[in-house]
Amino acid sequence: MSKEDLNKHISESDREKISSSGMDFSEKTRSGSFLQEDAKVLFSRALSESMDILSLEDARRTFPRFADYWGKAFQRAGKEFPPDTEGGYFIRVKKGQTVELPIQACLFLKAQKFRQKVHNIIIVEEDAKVYLITGCSASKASKESFHLGLSEFFVEKGGYLNFTMIHSWREDVSVKPMSVAVVEEGGSFVSNYVCLRPVKEIVMYPTALLEGEGARASFNSLILSHPGTLQDIGSRVILNAKNTQAEIVSRAVSTGGKTVARGHLQANAGEVKAHLECRGLMLSPRGVIQAIPELETSYRDVDMSHEAAIGKISKDEIEYLCARGLSEDEAQSIIIRGFMDVNILALPPAVKSEVAQLEEKTLYEGF
Amino acid sequence: MLSLENLAVAVEGTTILKEINLKISAGEVVILFGPNGSGKSTLLKAILGLSGYETARGNILFRGEPLNSLPTEERVRKGIGMMFQHPPTIRGVRLHQLARYLEKDTRVIERLSEKLSLSAHLQRDLNAGFSGGEMKRSELFQLMLQEPDLLLLDEPESGVDMENISLMGKVLGEYLRRENKAALIITHTGYILEHIRADRGCVLHSGEFGCMGNPKKIFETIRTSGYEKCKECHVQGRPE
Repeated sequence: MSKEDLNKHISESDREKISSSGMDFSEKTRSGSFLQEDAKVLFSRALSESMDILSLEDARRTFPRFADYWGKAFQRAGKEFPPDTEGGYFIRVKKGQTVELPIQACLFLKAQKFRQKVHNIIIVEEDAKVYLITGCSASKASKESFHLGLSEFFVEKGGYLNFTMIHSWREDVSVKPMSVAVVEEGGSFVSNYVCLRPVKEIVMYPTALLEGEGARASFNSLILSHPGTLQDIGSRVILNAKNTQAEIVSRAVSTGGKTVARGHLQANAGEVKAHLECRGLMLSPRGVIQAIPELETSYRDVDMSHEAAIGKISKDEIEYLCARGLSEDEAQSIIIRGFMDVNILALPPAVKSEVAQLEEKTLYEGF
Repeated sequence: MLSLENLAVAVEGTTILKEINLKISAGEVVILFGPNGSGKSTLLKAILGLSGYETARGNILFRGEPLNSLPTEERVRKGIGMMFQHPPTIRGVRLHQLARYLEKDTRVIERLSEKLSLSAHLQRDLNAGFSGGEMKRSELFQLMLQEPDLLLLDEPESGVDMENISLMGKVLGEYLRRENKAALIITHTGYILEHIRADRGCVLHSGEFGCMGNPKKIFETIRTSGYEKCKECHVQGRPE
């Protein structure tokens, strides 16, 4: 539909929900957009010729090499995936093109008990560079809904993909994203994940396959776990070529929910460097945080490490800030905001301030 | 300005300070000497009301008002500030953020951070990876932005190289003189005495005051004859 029709179609409260997952309806700070509601693609458009943004169905019909990509990342990772999806986006950034402003995509749940199943394909061709910000959210009416998001990322030789996913669900929605990134020689894949609002259950374990020499992947996550929430969230990088690098960083705060923070680094080649860092902050006696870091290799010349730490807010830190005149509540709040530091996400400056504002709003409501 | 009356402080059930009486007037700089474990840091923490250092007996009065039951932040708002000996690392909270909380004028922050060679540290997490000297300079920086009327300094020169002691001493000395601030300063090395105008010195022995008097003379006695000798010295009287 046209932009005008879209504006008429989306209600004020839905607009607010969609915006809370990073969508800029004005498109002033974006170079392209995609919006799907339940199974229906509402809007997609590319604001420059450097890229294609289509629904997956349109891409299947019009993109000649579609079959070279569809399902291929999952196959390479040895993962089965459901073929019966409805919708999803297809984004291709053309060879050598740098897209300065981020592309935005939003998958929105509208109807009660709807089961949204999408399949997304993102191709960053040789030496191309792009930032993609994906928001997933749910309307007030979408009670007990379910979202399954399949995503396949292809970062070709020397390409760069910075993918930010913001989840803004509701307390009775269950979510299962499945994703595999294939990164070729000299390519970089950066995944930033933010989930600060309540959700019933999220289970995800995105995987990056570093297939060419010098490829890199990093996964950075900020997770807030509300009472009644189960978040089983991991990141996995398989380093299949020498001189590849991986980093997984996560911060989880529990105000009463359960978070399982998994991380798996597997080196199947030498001369690799990989680090995993997982920190948890417990703010409620009812919450649970479980950190499960795994390192795996049969090669000797690897540099792999991990650190995991879970704790409560240190009294010394609170007192130190009180000694500068902050009240105990102010001190606690600044420490939590510091722990959920958006700087751990590798975001472009414009998106960083947006995410910081979103975080500020959520944390302000929460503490 | 500050008046400690028969103050006793217990930490985890053990009495550390027994009967402390001390008065510090506005603009007066008092140096606190004493061997390790004599209760110097405990005294500073008790004045600020840090947890675990509550008053067991006696009174802490600031400008005539009792502080005993006030939380730390309210004591701070009344005009007391402390430079910590071992400040904690707070990840994700930048030095600049705290500086902005203490002082709204960014030009003041910039000028002072330059003076204390801390410009490059403003965007770093509080105390994360700071060297001993950087930590002390950052503490002094925060305290000067906070502008308390009474400064409590716990070993400002410990772990700091000579060059930085001189830099900090100069900045602190100038500040105390110019702003006519009162201070209670703990020192072991005495280096700080070369840079600031100290009015009085007192020696703590096992939770009680020994002699008081000219801080340079007291330090000289400690340096040449040790604390035991100093303990015998009551020539100059007890602190009031």
